[in-house]
Amino acid sequence: MAEQQNQRREHEDKFISFWVGEQEFCVDIMSVKEIRGWTEPTRIPRAPDHICGVINLRGAILPIIDFAARVGMPVREPDASTVIVVTQNADQLVGMKVDAVSDILSLSTESMQPIPDIASESAKEFFKGVVTREEGMIRIVDLSRIAHVEPENLAA
Amino acid sequence: MTLRILAVDDSRTMRDMVKAALASAGFEVHTADDGVHGLEVLNECTPDVIITDINMPRMDGFGFIESVRSIDQYKQVPILTLTTESAPELKQRARDAGATGWIVKPFDRDKLVNVIRRVAA
Amino acid sequence: MDPMDEIRQTFFLECEDLLQALMEGLAAIEGGDEDPETVNAIFRAVHSIKGGAGAFSLDELVKFAHTFETVLDEVRADRMELTPALMSVFFRSADQLSDLVEAASVGDSVDAERMNAIMLELDALIDSDGSDAGEVEFEAIPLDFSMDFGDVEDDLPAPGGDSWTISFKPHATIFERGNDPVLLLRALAELGETEVTCNTDALPDLADIDTAQSCLSWDITLKGETVSEDDIREIFEFVEGDCDLTISFGAAADALPEIDLPPLGAPDEGEETGWELATPSQDADEPAAIPDLPELQEPAAAEAAPAETEKSSGASPARAESSRAGPTATVRVELDRVDRLINLIGELVINQSMLAQAVSNSGVPQDSPLMDGLDEFKRLTRAIQEGVMAIRAQPVKPLFQRMSRIVREAAAATGKSVRLVTEGEGTEVDKTVIERLSDPLTHMIRNAVDHGLEQTADRAAAGKSEEGTVHLTASHRSGRVIIEIADDGAGINRTRVREIAVEKGLIDPDAALSEAEIDNLLFMPGFSTAKNVSNLSGRGVGMDVVKKAIQSLGGRVTLSSTPGKGTTFTISLPLTLAILDGMLVRVADQTKVVPLTDVVETLKLNPSQVHGLSNADRGIMVRGEFVPLVDVACELGYRPPLDKLSHHVVVLTETEGGSRTAFIVDQILDQRQVVIKGLEENYHSVPGIAAATILGNGEIALILDVAALATGRNRLSDVIRAA
Repeated sequence: MAEQQNQRREHEDKFISFWVGEQEFCVDIMSVKEIRGWTEPTRIPRAPDHICGVINLRGAILPIIDFAARVGMPVREPDASTVIVVTQNADQLVGMKVDAVSDILSLSTESMQPIPDIASESAKEFFKGVVTREEGMIRIVDLSRIAHVEPENLAA
Repeated sequence: MTLRILAVDDSRTMRDMVKAALASAGFEVHTADDGVHGLEVLNECTPDVIITDINMPRMDGFGFIESVRSIDQYKQVPILTLTTESAPELKQRARDAGATGWIVKPFDRDKLVNVIRRVAA
Repeated sequence: MDPMDEIRQTFFLECEDLLQALMEGLAAIEGGDEDPETVNAIFRAVHSIKGGAGAFSLDELVKFAHTFETVLDEVRADRMELTPALMSVFFRSADQLSDLVEAASVGDSVDAERMNAIMLELDALIDSDGSDAGEVEFEAIPLDFSMDFGDVEDDLPAPGGDSWTISFKPHATIFERGNDPVLLLRALAELGETEVTCNTDALPDLADIDTAQSCLSWDITLKGETVSEDDIREIFEFVEGDCDLTISFGAAADALPEIDLPPLGAPDEGEETGWELATPSQDADEPAAIPDLPELQEPAAAEAAPAETEKSSGASPARAESSRAGPTATVRVELDRVDRLINLIGELVINQSMLAQAVSNSGVPQDSPLMDGLDEFKRLTRAIQEGVMAIRAQPVKPLFQRMSRIVREAAAATGKSVRLVTEGEGTEVDKTVIERLSDPLTHMIRNAVDHGLEQTADRAAAGKSEEGTVHLTASHRSGRVIIEIADDGAGINRTRVREIAVEKGLIDPDAALSEAEIDNLLFMPGFSTAKNVSNLSGRGVGMDVVKKAIQSLGGRVTLSSTPGKGTTFTISLPLTLAILDGMLVRVADQTKVVPLTDVVETLKLNPSQVHGLSNADRGIMVRGEFVPLVDVACELGYRPPLDKLSHHVVVLTETEGGSRTAFIVDQILDQRQVVIKGLEENYHSVPGIAAATILGNGEIALILDVAALATGRNRLSDVIRAA
């Protein structure tokens, strides 16, 4: 087993896993800039439901996405364990509101599986794949979809 | 011994060009923006050879050469005029002012270097 | 970067400055400046462009600059009078030169026909003047650092014999010019084997020797079959007037006092122009030991006389003044670096106010040293901020200068006679604002000439001067930059504007519109008064685009027009895009910022003054004027419309066109300077929100876009309702 892992080390990437509701997700550690405690954001007028607002990240205006709302899960009121995962998507910095950060995972390419066909549309839209672990299934976040904050259906 | 050159020209392009040409030949190059500036920096860099443009604001090349020649220390320092002017009268004026020789822009690097070596003791 | 590439970049940067100096000078002369130094400065600008261009083999540019310079030289030498016609040629030549520089910088070529036309005009000026200075061909020599000196020597060795005989007798003057006979002899020795005989006949007694005098003469025999006379002459190039020099091949020096040599180098060789080997025979009485060279026969008065002019101008007051002023030292810095600094200072300002708030919350007494230190910290922070902002500020002068060209071109295209008068060119505005103002301003200036001014005949008929005037003015007014474009044309034809708006379905035929409202129809999308799209203004860009461009800079544009007298467009811009004076208000438990420049006054809301029933058409009477009322919280979607208005406060705002809107807010907190942070960087623009800022407590406050909230009230509500 150890030998096998050694051989495959070059295919392994590190991920940060986090909890939202009863489910665990993970995101490529390379795109995570920092993790910070919850700050109440300033609401943005007429923003979509999954945009909580913006916070001050050392002088930069950082939009915050409610991860649960984004993927269609029930939204929870923030509490002491709520954190913001600051990610970099292309040129934009975007924060994701999640319930808690859990672990750092090393995942080999082989361990990742495509999203099952039976999954919902939103699951297919926002995730790159899944990994199965003893504790259960972890979905791998497609940041370019989740953290996309372009105006969607605003009248021109 | 490294020859110290003072290049006086109001054009940044020309200053950079003279500097690039001469620095690559191993000279120590100082620059000034016009005649007045040239006189100001003269004693800081005590040049072995002076190269000056003719058409400059504030103090032109003629005035600069005359002023330099009026200083005992620089009575015999070689002064080359670097100018696009090719008319003989201008050269004569430069000579009358005390110029050692002249170089016509655009210049060739090797010739510039040769001329400097030729006039510098 | 390759050093030559770097210098090339420097050259084009410098060209910008030179072209600006050129335009400034021309404008000054047109404005009545008679200082000869102004003409000199113009000459130098063109001359320096030519000089640099030559080094980079920008042949077209060199050729044109040379022709231009030649004519300028005639003026400089007082051989040509500065007539309005000549000024017109100069302006167009300057435009052409500017085009050539731009084309050269991107490796493009220019409209050859136009360039040749101007060249012909310039050439004609030189010819008619009776001067043939144009014959002095200026040839570019590519600057090639790798060029081998030896390769260019194609002079043939003299035929027959095997050695040169050189007689060299320096005059006393040789030392005065910094030449040294010893160095010359050394240089000769480098050409080949030399035999030197020193004649000491003239040497005085030791006691009488003046070291600055030359008392010696030399006879040199130089062996070397590959040595040409040119090689030798080149060595003596600088001393030919300061010595008796004879050079002969294979014979005694005195046998051939004069050598008839072919011209040094063929005329088409860069060699000759680059390296003049001849000196003028300055003294006619002197034995002509120097061969006549073709260039000596060229009248060079054009070059010499201006030099005289330059000297005489030295006494002029302006020149003397500029000499005293000393050089303005400048540093060129990448804009990125400045912007990083500005961002950091923005954070410093925020940090300072957060610190001040924290200290004040901690209950430190007001008169403690800590508070004094904080005050000083605040003062320094603001000073640094202002200082850094000033780095980005630039005078509008170059922008205005470009406009003078636009006016010339527009006047030529429409056959109108137009004068541009500029004022306040030294007014400084943020660099980005200036850059982004160029397009809208160009369009407005074109419009002023094309649509604003009447045809010459119509002007005459109206009893006006045939020449129309466009005034372009910049000034600072209450923390903003005001730019006015005023023409003295016929004014807006409001009847016609109204008709068009009706035709295009922009307004209802029965709509009752005030004069100002009719004028503002010009800014509506899809409005264009030109019956036929002229090749000038009609580029598919309307005043609506102009307005948008100006608004995107945080600016406003308004117009006023008087029939028969003309039209004035007024652009009001923020001084900087980075800071804003804001009024902090509370809206639905959030802090918002209203730009102070938009605020007229604040009022306590008196429900009895409110007219209208629904949220959409409510308004209040302010001193007899009905002002639409906008509930900011509702407009931004933070809460449903209020049925009952009570303890609210109203911020009365005024936007472009003088239209007023009253904004309902919950509370007015404070007035302060805020650092503008764009929402676009990590998010995107939001309708009704101009930008954001970070408050002293670290909280983000959104800055309201008053114009959008006011004018877009109905539109926004419609969008929301339709969605």
